Amino acid sequence: MDQRGQARLDEFLGALLFAGMILALYMAFLQAPREKTMGDLQRIFYFHVSSGITGLTAFAVNFAASVMYLVRRNRWWDHVALSSAELGVMFLSIVLVTGPIWAKPVWFVWWTWSPRLTSSLVLWMLYVAYLLVRNYVLDPDRRALVSAVFGIVAFVDAPIVWFSIRWWRDIHPAPMLETGGLSPSMRPAFYTCWAVFQILFIYLMRRRFFLEASRQEMEWLQRRADMGS
Amino acid sequence: MIEVQGVAKYFGRFSALRDLSVTVREGEFVSLFGRNGAGKTTLLRILAGLTRPSSGDVRIHLSGPRSPQEARGGMGYLSHNTALYGDLTAVENLRFYANLFDLALDEAELEKRIQLVGLAGREKEPVRNYSRGMQQRLAIARAFLHDPSILLLDEPFTGLDQTGTEFLKDYLSRAHGRGKTCVMAIHDAVLGYELADRILVIESGGVAMDVARRSLSLAEFQQRYRALVKERSDAG
Amino acid sequence: MPAKVWTIFRKDLLIELRTKDSLNAMIFFGIVVLVIFNFALEAIRESIRAAVPGVLWVSFAFSGTLGLNRMFAAEKENSCLQGLLMVPVDRGIIYLGKMIAACVFMLLTEAVIFVFSLIFFNLTVWREIPYVVLVCLVGTLGFTAVGALLSAIAANTKMREVLLPLILFPVVLPILVNAVEATAIILNTVDYRQLKLPLTIMTVFTIVFATLAYLLFEYVLED
Repeated sequence: MDQRGQARLDEFLGALLFAGMILALYMAFLQAPREKTMGDLQRIFYFHVSSGITGLTAFAVNFAASVMYLVRRNRWWDHVALSSAELGVMFLSIVLVTGPIWAKPVWFVWWTWSPRLTSSLVLWMLYVAYLLVRNYVLDPDRRALVSAVFGIVAFVDAPIVWFSIRWWRDIHPAPMLETGGLSPSMRPAFYTCWAVFQILFIYLMRRRFFLEASRQEMEWLQRRADMGS
Repeated sequence: MIEVQGVAKYFGRFSALRDLSVTVREGEFVSLFGRNGAGKTTLLRILAGLTRPSSGDVRIHLSGPRSPQEARGGMGYLSHNTALYGDLTAVENLRFYANLFDLALDEAELEKRIQLVGLAGREKEPVRNYSRGMQQRLAIARAFLHDPSILLLDEPFTGLDQTGTEFLKDYLSRAHGRGKTCVMAIHDAVLGYELADRILVIESGGVAMDVARRSLSLAEFQQRYRALVKERSDAG
Repeated sequence: MPAKVWTIFRKDLLIELRTKDSLNAMIFFGIVVLVIFNFALEAIRESIRAAVPGVLWVSFAFSGTLGLNRMFAAEKENSCLQGLLMVPVDRGIIYLGKMIAACVFMLLTEAVIFVFSLIFFNLTVWREIPYVVLVCLVGTLGFTAVGALLSAIAANTKMREVLLPLILFPVVLPILVNAVEATAIILNTVDYRQLKLPLTIMTVFTIVFATLAYLLFEYVLED
């Protein structure tokens, strides 16, 4: 697809996203029924969980991109890896912020070491570490290589972290923040939010990717200019 | 034989090598000249397989064409960094590398190698106690312990005194005589000229001069080299 | 292949035993951490035994990180790594040799720290010791399996001492959580059958990451 085609796709996604967000807000705040015990506060759940799932999607994309970079050594994959890691950290940050907002009025504490919240925190730390690695390795080729390795390590670690924390909480029980199932009447709102977040992810991925690709292209052009002299 | 085709190497924005192509024939002794930062070290590292080129291809022909990484066992790399462990003795250093190269060299053999580079009597001392020149001599023994057919040397005479220089010069002449292929980066025009079959000048990441040693006298070479460097440093 | 792993391991061991650079620092720092915890946990002095597993593993982790930071120090001096890279040996072999060396140093440090903790916290342990040794062994193997890989990543950055703990601790968390729990089970309960799960998780972690690191190590050493 050429540049104009890309721009048109971005415009389309942007418009879709805008409409989707309005729909999602409506569904979450007005259409969905009021929850019995927590009242309107529970509505944060739609955004909290959607963001969490999208964050996990981002990290899965990062893993795939990291593996592909090691295999193909194509810079394209490095751009994907960077973009998805940054977005993953962003979405998990939303989870970590909405969690306490939810917890304080309901459980009267800012933070609960519930399995989901704790795992989200550790996952967040893992990918912040990924961004730190990228920050401190200066040579672009080595940076792409080394962060691909770390991306793979982080992703393989994630399920083991999740499992360890779940087991640890089983031994040391504490009040659970997130209540279990989703009643059927809430499902439309939830799926709408989830879908909108995924579209948001795709939209932001494209923008971040092109930003990074442009930056590296500029670097390359500067190099070519040097070569000429 | 070593084939370099269209090799470029970038470090971020900075290009150390640009579209460099050269073929080194078997048994040839190439002296590599050039200013600091011209790309000599980068080229040698790429030949040794220590770093990959950003683009281009390198083929090392040792019983078939191989990549530098595959051809490691047949190459020896010596730079002004000795790659010796200061806290180990000379013998322990050599034994470490001998084991890794799968060389069946016993204690006596290793000691002999150390004596051959002129360090007799000091085999059991920690390398940290050696002078710079002594360390460089041991580094020679280490780098070529496995008798490679290709020798890659990056300013190996750095830090050597008169005796050390004579020793290395003699060592390299004999290696050349035995048919080894040598690529040596060097600053000293006289030494580089004397040892070489072929002279290559690298400037700004490319080949600026490529002549057979026979084709010009030492004085002519020095003159041309000086002119080349002056011209580039005026321009750059 | 095992012979070459042994060669690399032996070289690291020989250098360390001669200079004792790392070991001294690791042991001393580990003990300092114990002392700090004594002050930090003054409020629960009566029931300190419950906190000992956590204190121990924090001490192990911090001193272990110190050792890992120094892992490539000898290789950086005189560009020894360059010499190693010119040898036609699988990069994974280099990884195994250095990982096992780091593991041994960390285990030695843990032994000393453990003895000091018995003194500082007035603990008596006899029949628990074989189990503690087992948990330390598995936990340390897991810690160094990841640590050796990440140390190589951090070694070439400009902030290597700072970067390593930042990227290591999130990854190694499963080891720490399970090791603390396992140690707590050993020291503070009588039902050792509960050890099965944490030990299993730690073993799985170690095998998975040792294999992953073995395969990925060459990319990290590459320039």
